[in-house]
Amino acid sequence: MSNCASCHNPIKDATGPALKGIRGSLPGGDWIYNWVHNSAALIAAGDPEAVKIFTKYNKTAMTAFPQLSNEEIDAILKYADDYKAPVAAAPAEGGGNTQKTANNGWLYTTITLTLLVLVIVLWRANLGLRRAANDKEGIPNEKEIPLYRSKLVIAVVAIVAFIMAGYWITNGAINEGRQQNYMPLQPLFYSHKVHAGINQINCLYCHAGAEKSRQAMIPSANVCMNCHKQIDSYTGDAEHPLKTAEGKAINGTEQIQLLYKYAGWDPNKKDYKRDANGNILSTPIQWVKIHNMPDHVYFNHSQHVKVGQVQCQKCHGPVQDMDEVYQFSALSMGWCINCHRQTDVQFTSNNYYSVFQKYHDELKSGKREHVTEADMGGTECQKCHY
Amino acid sequence: MSQKQYWSGEKDLTNINTPGEVMENEFKEELPLDLSEGLFSATTPRRDFLKFMGFSTLAATLVASCEMPVRKAIPYAIKPEDITPGVPNYYASTFNDGGDYCAIVIKTRDGRPIKVEGNELSSITKGGSSARVQASVLNLYDKARIRHPYADGKEATFASIDNMIKQNIAAKAGYLVTGTIISPTTKEIITKFLAKYPNIKHVVYDAYSYSGMLLANEACYGKRTLPTYHFDKAQTIVSIGADFLGTWVSPIEFSKAYSKGRKISAKNMNLSKHYHVEAMHTITGGAADLRATAKPSEMGKVVVALYEAVVNGTAPSLPSKNLNTLVTKAAADLKKGNGLVVGSSNDVNIQTVINAINDKIGANGVTVNWATTSNCKQGTDKEIVDMVAAMEAGQVGAVLMHGVNPAYDYYDGKKFTAALAKVAMTVSFADRMDETAQKCKYVIPDHNYLESWGDAEPKPNYFSLQQPGIAPLFKTRAFQDSLLIWAGEAMAYGDYWKNYWMQKLGSQENFDMALQNGVIEPAGDMPNGTAPFAGNVETAKGNIMGKQPHAGVELVVYQKIGIGTGGAWSNNPWLQEMPDPITRATWDNYLCVSPKRAKELDNELTGITEVESKKRVVTIKASNGYTVDLPIVAVPGMHNDVVAVAVGYGRDKMVGRAAASDDTKGGKNAYPFYVFNGLTMEHHSDVTIAKTAKMYDIAITQTHNSYEARPVIHEYTLNEFRHDPNELLKERNAELEHYTVLPWVEKGKEAHGHGEAAEGHGHGGGLMDSTKEEGYRENGTLYPNYPYEGIKWGMSIDLNSCTGCGACVVGCMAENNVSVVGKDHVLKAHEMHWIRIDRYFSGMINDPDTVQTIFQPMLCQHCDNAPCENVCPVSATNHSSEGLNQMAYNRCIGTKYCANNCPYKVRHFNWMDWNGADAFADNLYEDGRRDDLNDDLTRMVLNPDVTVRSRGVMEKCTFCVQRLQDAKLAAKKEGHPLRDGAAKTACQQACPTDAIVFGNVKDTESSIYKIRRKDQQERAYYVLEHIHTLPSINYLARIRNTEEVIGLDENKNEYLKYHI
Repeated sequence: MSNCASCHNPIKDATGPALKGIRGSLPGGDWIYNWVHNSAALIAAGDPEAVKIFTKYNKTAMTAFPQLSNEEIDAILKYADDYKAPVAAAPAEGGGNTQKTANNGWLYTTITLTLLVLVIVLWRANLGLRRAANDKEGIPNEKEIPLYRSKLVIAVVAIVAFIMAGYWITNGAINEGRQQNYMPLQPLFYSHKVHAGINQINCLYCHAGAEKSRQAMIPSANVCMNCHKQIDSYTGDAEHPLKTAEGKAINGTEQIQLLYKYAGWDPNKKDYKRDANGNILSTPIQWVKIHNMPDHVYFNHSQHVKVGQVQCQKCHGPVQDMDEVYQFSALSMGWCINCHRQTDVQFTSNNYYSVFQKYHDELKSGKREHVTEADMGGTECQKCHY
Repeated sequence: MSQKQYWSGEKDLTNINTPGEVMENEFKEELPLDLSEGLFSATTPRRDFLKFMGFSTLAATLVASCEMPVRKAIPYAIKPEDITPGVPNYYASTFNDGGDYCAIVIKTRDGRPIKVEGNELSSITKGGSSARVQASVLNLYDKARIRHPYADGKEATFASIDNMIKQNIAAKAGYLVTGTIISPTTKEIITKFLAKYPNIKHVVYDAYSYSGMLLANEACYGKRTLPTYHFDKAQTIVSIGADFLGTWVSPIEFSKAYSKGRKISAKNMNLSKHYHVEAMHTITGGAADLRATAKPSEMGKVVVALYEAVVNGTAPSLPSKNLNTLVTKAAADLKKGNGLVVGSSNDVNIQTVINAINDKIGANGVTVNWATTSNCKQGTDKEIVDMVAAMEAGQVGAVLMHGVNPAYDYYDGKKFTAALAKVAMTVSFADRMDETAQKCKYVIPDHNYLESWGDAEPKPNYFSLQQPGIAPLFKTRAFQDSLLIWAGEAMAYGDYWKNYWMQKLGSQENFDMALQNGVIEPAGDMPNGTAPFAGNVETAKGNIMGKQPHAGVELVVYQKIGIGTGGAWSNNPWLQEMPDPITRATWDNYLCVSPKRAKELDNELTGITEVESKKRVVTIKASNGYTVDLPIVAVPGMHNDVVAVAVGYGRDKMVGRAAASDDTKGGKNAYPFYVFNGLTMEHHSDVTIAKTAKMYDIAITQTHNSYEARPVIHEYTLNEFRHDPNELLKERNAELEHYTVLPWVEKGKEAHGHGEAAEGHGHGGGLMDSTKEEGYRENGTLYPNYPYEGIKWGMSIDLNSCTGCGACVVGCMAENNVSVVGKDHVLKAHEMHWIRIDRYFSGMINDPDTVQTIFQPMLCQHCDNAPCENVCPVSATNHSSEGLNQMAYNRCIGTKYCANNCPYKVRHFNWMDWNGADAFADNLYEDGRRDDLNDDLTRMVLNPDVTVRSRGVMEKCTFCVQRLQDAKLAAKKEGHPLRDGAAKTACQQACPTDAIVFGNVKDTESSIYKIRRKDQQERAYYVLEHIHTLPSINYLARIRNTEEVIGLDENKNEYLKYHI
């Protein structure tokens, strides 16, 4: 696979021609074996067919495979000939098990409200009857204070209102500057679910900085082009149709074409567009930043990813299930501190910690079971605020 | 302990028993607010208060508005392979300022240089740097740099200029004037250029001339070059006016070597002896063991007297008793061997006699190295004087100038400018429209050195490569490229340079290795050798003795360590704000005078006048007619008949905002005080001084902090130290022992501590040892003693090594985004330097020869029992588990109680919005001189790992916590414990004399542990130890190589009341 599939696709032209049925367009006999064993020699010798292919596909040299036997080459070509494009699977049984979550909530609410109304009606009726009875017997009735002047009601309402307002103001103030669940519109619809979830691309393949530096690095367009030089259309519409959170449908192939615009790639010529000096005419993609720390906070990804061995998903949530990325965690200071207090450092496996003699002794003697980041000083001010 | 009392200024002398005005009014009472008249004259002043204070409800609502801005994250379109955002890249390169050489490493982030460090692989500078090297990164982003070539004052293209030049350059005789060139490729290219245009002559011109030495060496040794001076091999150093630690020839190299001879300990009692004769007061004089002052016109006689004393044993008869004593002692010591005599005079005769002395004492081949000479100064004064004469006579058709600015720094700038007007084709390669470039027809700006390829050969066979840290920012072109094009060569300089080195090194691997290391040096020790002396001493002596002595006042022209000869440095706000080590003055130059003369000029140095910023302005008239007005600053230690002015000031406004000068700011040009004696430029002149009625503010930082007469320096003579190395330990014991043992604890069961105890416990006669230190730590306070696990940071500063050069001050500013506040706010004591170098005088103020100087770098001591931590109402500053005092800027509400409590006065408050980091718009402080720092271009120098502080928060040294965290992270990633030397603070890395040592005190292999517990126990002490702040920084006591204490009056109480 790694020998052939990096340049050839059975049914699509890529770096090299599509292999299905290619035998038909090539000279017969041993030509194909000679070509696969050493295409460069054929081209150098001036074989017309070889030169034609070489020129058509951007003068890209095909690697020589002298180790493949003729039988193996035949088998490969047969595989390509028999290859059937995967048919879009029939859409899954729509809403198979509409979960009949026995939703009794509405029932209980209705019953409670009805009972409440009943209680009030009966209480008022009782009050009225008592008053009428008092009238009959000549006992003076209490003056009925309207609800809005009753001291008890006013007190209760005031206290409740105060508590609610206080909660609302404090909560609002604390959440000032936080962006949990922030899901902005991005200039290009890039679905992590397709790439990281379905295709299982490792987070660190694109976000390579997460292991090395404080920034995880949003990949530049050239990283995307590693794969998208070949992959120029979205074939997953049946399996996983793309749509935004609002429900608008997205055409994956169009998005790939948009990527080509940013990267300066001409899909027809299968080459980059360059200016007079040979520089590629690409523009950076202006992503909207979702996870943001204030200026006075220092956060280092590599510390957490490489040393702390924290999973990406712990802070960023299930990104591999997100079509559009949103901020999963609050990213507040309290949230960070909390995790620092609970997470253990790699105390015994990382030799850096060998100098902390007291903790080692305590672990040995059983006085201590964990060495958390807070024990290491991870909750001190100047670890993050400098 | 010597009984010397230290005074940082005259106020301390008069107020030594009672706290003076300064201490009581630490924060000045009259509000230093720029309250416009409007406020007090408004009808409702109280109501309008907020309005005038720059506050507005609109601003408040904006700040409180709830919407979050949309932020973008924009990666590269195509990311270069070797850049990882957030990870710095380091490139080895070379710093070369007209022959002033330093091998450096450029730290770049995201493709732009943000810091310059010394390159440890260089055997010449060995990783040291200077204030200018550290500040050079800011010059790359200087707003005053010209951005494209000019022709006739208008923008032009390179091609058009090249055509004009090629057509007209061969017409008449011409000159190519450059500074000292130490680059072999550039020399080759110049040779090619001169071959193509034989009508052009190459003149080398140094703004601060060393022609005297060069010509004397040519006459004596046949080589017109400077030797290498090995200060580390010298046991006796005699300097006649040479400020070799600050500005003379190659200060970084000399500081590094000199400091090796000063690292004394109880186990190694070897200390070099440094005699110094000078007219004014420099940091080298401050480092000296025995010092005497002499007028510049007397220096020759001093040298002759020294010669006679060495050769014939003749007793000297010089104008002062101190000089006689010094010369006698120096001669005796020099005869013992391993001596070195250097001098700064530009008089060929004086340098000849100095060469003769060195020859006679056998210094050649030992401390004066003639096998490996030094290329760093090559200018001959006569050549440029002849050139100006030719220009005046109209014989010159073309003048090309690179790295020189004669319209400003030539001794007769006016004459030069007038002569330049007679030249048809004038070309300048300057990076800004300096005084000369303004008068030139074509200006083809050269790259900044951080954008250039290049090389350097500071000594024969010792090479250093230069590579850029950033692509050229503007439409500039390498000087070498211009020459190549005009010489008709097809090759670009980059290719020429690469070919040269590939050929020389042999292979691509060698070339890559050399470029990575930055230096190409022969293996083994530097070859040392002597040369036969053929100078004519008798004639030289005759010339010197024959000169008429001068009776009046003499003016010395000197270079400041920060500004140097001017050039781009004048426009560097970091250097302008760096306090001069001796006067502690910032921004603007002034006339240094002795305290006696200050009294005569009606500005006596008293406790009051020292604190007042207004200084008397005097008119100085030189014998050549140059007249200028300057304010005076009284400097103890100056000869009474000597005054001094620094060069590099009085610049034109096109040089830049920080440099621009007029009558109200920027100082005056001192270069016209030079005198040409027919052969060389003399850096001193005869002058008359007349006082005027005017006063002028000089922003001096020395009086801004006070220790309230508590002892902060410990100094001993070598005799005292040899006699009893434990004297300091005894003193500390006497002070602290009372607290080391709790009264109710039985004797024998005192507080435990590990470490070697030197002697037994008990009162009187004991020594402060590690056990007692632990006891003091625990028992001297109510607070619990916190055990530090793992890592505990500590620092040691060696007062014997610190020369006061200020590299640490500027290095810290570069690393930590420390703000420049401008002159007005320095006047209000608001300067922000996280590390400052306090300067203390001792001795008798009216006898300049007894004045000795000590420099003490003062930075946050990271006290384990910090007075500042307890008093913060919002707990914005607390202590980390590694011993750092942490400052959380975002928590600080600006109470300033912590600064009040700090006994070291190392906390700095952001009184204004210096950087535009404020949430309030339009609050940026601008004073018209330092504002370029906030330009978008100049902000590229900021370190992205350090917060930029906004108005209203307190800041202070953090021990470069970003570097510590980085080092710890690297160690964690590699899986090994933090190693000593992995985490270096910026000040430690900048220091050329290794005065600062920093590391993990708990690591028994670390240098800091060895200093405190093994090698330097007898010299280590803590500042203000007795108030139990438990600082993390220890200082090593100063040991001066003298027999008796200098400056000690028999009646020691009397001198304290000395008035001048």
